[in-house]
Amino acid sequence: MAAVTATTAGETTIREPGPLQRAGITLAHVLSHPLGAIGFVLVVLIVATALFAPWIAPYSPTAISVKERLADPSLSHLLGTDQLGRDLFSRVIVGTRTAMTVALTALSVSIAIALPLGLIAGYGPRWLDAIMILVFDSVSSLPMIMLGLAVVVLLGPGVSTVILVIVLYSVPSYARLVRTQTLSLKTRDFIKAEQVMNAGTPRILFRHLLPNVIGPLVILACLDISTVITLEAGLSFLGLGVKPQIPSWGNILSDGFAVIRNSAVPVIAGGAPLILATVGFTFFGEALRDALDPKLNPERKP
Amino acid sequence: MTLFLLRRTALAAVILLIVAILLFSMMHMIPGDPTVVALGPRSTPEMREAFREMMGLDRPVLEQLSMFLGRLAQGDLGQDVWSRRPVLTMILEVLPYTVTLALASFVWAVALGVLLGCVAVVHHGKWGDWLIGLVSIAFVAVPSFVVALYSLLVFAVWLNWLPAIGAGAPGDIAAQARALILPSFAVGLGWVGYVSRLVRAAMIEAMGEDYVRTLRAYGVAETRIVYRYALKQALLAILSVIAIGFGGLLTGSVFAEIVFTRPGLGKMTYDAVMSRNYPLVMGTVLVTSGLYVTCMILADAVTAWLDPRVRSAL
Amino acid sequence: MSAPAMKTPVLDMRAISVTYGGRVPAVVGVDLKVRPGEIVGIIGESGSGKSTLAHSVLGLLPKAASLQGEHFDLAGTDMLSAGRGTLTALRGPAAAMIFQNPMTAFSPIHTIGRQLTELLWRDRDQATGQKRERIVAALRDVGIPDPIGKLEAYPFQLSGGMLQRVAIAAALLMKPQLLIADEPTTALDVTMEAQILHLMRTLRDTAGVAILIISHHLGVIAEICDRVAVMYAGRIVEEGTVETIFRQPGHPYTRALFACEPALIPTGARRLPVIAGEVPRPGGTGCDFAGRCLFCEERCLNCAPPWATAAADPSHHSRCHRSMS
Repeated sequence: MAAVTATTAGETTIREPGPLQRAGITLAHVLSHPLGAIGFVLVVLIVATALFAPWIAPYSPTAISVKERLADPSLSHLLGTDQLGRDLFSRVIVGTRTAMTVALTALSVSIAIALPLGLIAGYGPRWLDAIMILVFDSVSSLPMIMLGLAVVVLLGPGVSTVILVIVLYSVPSYARLVRTQTLSLKTRDFIKAEQVMNAGTPRILFRHLLPNVIGPLVILACLDISTVITLEAGLSFLGLGVKPQIPSWGNILSDGFAVIRNSAVPVIAGGAPLILATVGFTFFGEALRDALDPKLNPERKP
Repeated sequence: MTLFLLRRTALAAVILLIVAILLFSMMHMIPGDPTVVALGPRSTPEMREAFREMMGLDRPVLEQLSMFLGRLAQGDLGQDVWSRRPVLTMILEVLPYTVTLALASFVWAVALGVLLGCVAVVHHGKWGDWLIGLVSIAFVAVPSFVVALYSLLVFAVWLNWLPAIGAGAPGDIAAQARALILPSFAVGLGWVGYVSRLVRAAMIEAMGEDYVRTLRAYGVAETRIVYRYALKQALLAILSVIAIGFGGLLTGSVFAEIVFTRPGLGKMTYDAVMSRNYPLVMGTVLVTSGLYVTCMILADAVTAWLDPRVRSAL
Repeated sequence: MSAPAMKTPVLDMRAISVTYGGRVPAVVGVDLKVRPGEIVGIIGESGSGKSTLAHSVLGLLPKAASLQGEHFDLAGTDMLSAGRGTLTALRGPAAAMIFQNPMTAFSPIHTIGRQLTELLWRDRDQATGQKRERIVAALRDVGIPDPIGKLEAYPFQLSGGMLQRVAIAAALLMKPQLLIADEPTTALDVTMEAQILHLMRTLRDTAGVAILIISHHLGVIAEICDRVAVMYAGRIVEEGTVETIFRQPGHPYTRALFACEPALIPTGARRLPVIAGEVPRPGGTGCDFAGRCLFCEERCLNCAPPWATAAADPSHHSRCHRSMS
């Protein structure tokens, strides 16, 4: 998609598309696919809800009203109220913010940890690589939710525990990806040329490897958002995630589950945004991966 | 063949060793008295004493670790400090429930997944294929506990067709089977989507092979080619993934067991977490990890056994 | 006229065209007859449409391809109106095909015996033991050592030559009236090639099977064929007995093709002969070969040459303005 521009000197130069232009092309590609279009709409909806949550929510999500316990949906309470009389619609809206905050924080931390680990494994000595791969494999061969439970027993429930569990889950696969990318880049000619010219390791790592590795990593993280949201909601549902008074989809489900025989609304209200978010981010992530790097598709054989 | 399996087993053993070390060191990495860390502030002094003695907490850390690993090697997972019963016995009591649930989910996943995958292949490139693709991805994405809660709501609370809690009375096979339907559906649904996508991709690849053209050229009927040849090759290709998935189903049962109040490994782990019973948690995590890596070895072995090319190369 | 020419053709195509995706023509107005017991060769460069033609005989074209024509008859069945069921019924007894790469022509995860048994699915009432005997006999006929042991073998355990023999054995089992061989020896070495060709000739001599063989290898064609059709840009540009085509080629393209044959290039030649330019897309005005022809004239560019019969030999046809004069 290079644009050809004729300059005054009469020579033609080929202009590389800028980052904004490239993002536009990718987005157009994602939207051209029905999967990507549905996903994009849902993602935009969720991100906007998370950003503007305090302004959208009609009530305080934590305001208890004993008189209005388990009220049916009405004009004043769009989704009714829970067993403490809290407005469910407000809780769902603010819960979106909780879900996104936890997911984005956890994924950023994971990337920040996985990046150097993967670069070390890929670029460092062979023995170190072997050890790290063994550790990554062991951790990822751990049943995730079980590991999460083990961590929760020791640390106690809370947002930071949830983030730690997510980081433990994500880092091995991210670091593996970074390592694989690094290994394949390492043998490319431009890196070899740099090595021959005695460029320092930091220069090679930061100037050449990092920019090439970060793209696939972001796609992987994008595909992971729905898993991470699920993990947070799951732990909260078990009463092991964010504190019960903080509105979160998992907490709404947990409260709703307790009263499922009295009212179906809380369970439906807590589950629906979770379904929309996981489906939306997965659709968007899949379409994004297809648009940017079809090689990452695990179902396609090499 | 044996050498290959031995190597895989050795790797699995190393993985379990690392898991054990991880579980052990996590307890020590957190500042404070390890007995309080592991058992919570509300534990009685007797329980802490029992735990201290069991883990040898007054000895040097390395000696503790070697003691811990030595006991594990003998199959001793320690004692539950609350009930004073051996952890392994407690786990073995509930394990059959979880394995049954995982097997039932596996049936859902393979039966529905293969069916959807085949239908998608037959409608390849048409809207049916597209729709199945969309639904499959959605199945993968939706959290299993939401599926569990919604199906509980619809089939147990509203329609009252199926039981909402328990695993059925012992000996009553019909009741046990009925109690299995909803939880296994919730656990298996994600894998339905996964399997259907894998089957579709593998079958489309198989249908493009030259030998399919040969079969066609000799007048072998299309349905025969699809189900006898392409499906077999496709299943072979996804078998290892499915078998590893069985390990995933084992752990996926945590939520289903809690939502449907079924006895099982997941429910036991959850209860242990709620009562801050770290010895029991260590045991269940180790056992599930062990089952998990066993599934991986089995997957490799079965693939190797079924694929003549791999079988002869080993 | 020779004896086979009297019989009704197994394959009778008239003005058959195949188009990909509704736009790209691959085969244009081909007339082709194959009579029982006859071996007909089709030669041409890659991209000339010969493989498409071969696949169209069995209705094995990809979905994107569409076939039209005046008349298309295979073993007495009208193929232009044939549905999927008819096609499946014809494949095997009417015509069977062996392919270029024997290594991939068999399912890698089923035994040879199992796959050959699969081809005999029509004989439902025959006992398994009887089928087995037939398969062993067929394998022995094509010169496979230890045929009983080979039943339990997987394709990857056999060499390419052996597998191509198995493919021919499969054809023997089906007793087709027409065997289509798409580059049957291209993937094999020279000694294997000779043996496979010999086998195919025996098949014709003993079972009276008609054979349509596709190749870009002139030696193969010269060795085995009775009649040869030369394909260029989707059309048959020349057709005749193998002697006529090889001794007195009429079309400049056929001559150019022979000039490029490695075996026929005089040793010590300084430069390898090539046909300059590339195969054009079929369907232009004028002669398709005009752009590459050394003898190109005005009329060649403006007017497509007709299908003409040589005065000296009624079985020799060519599509060239010059050969008519």
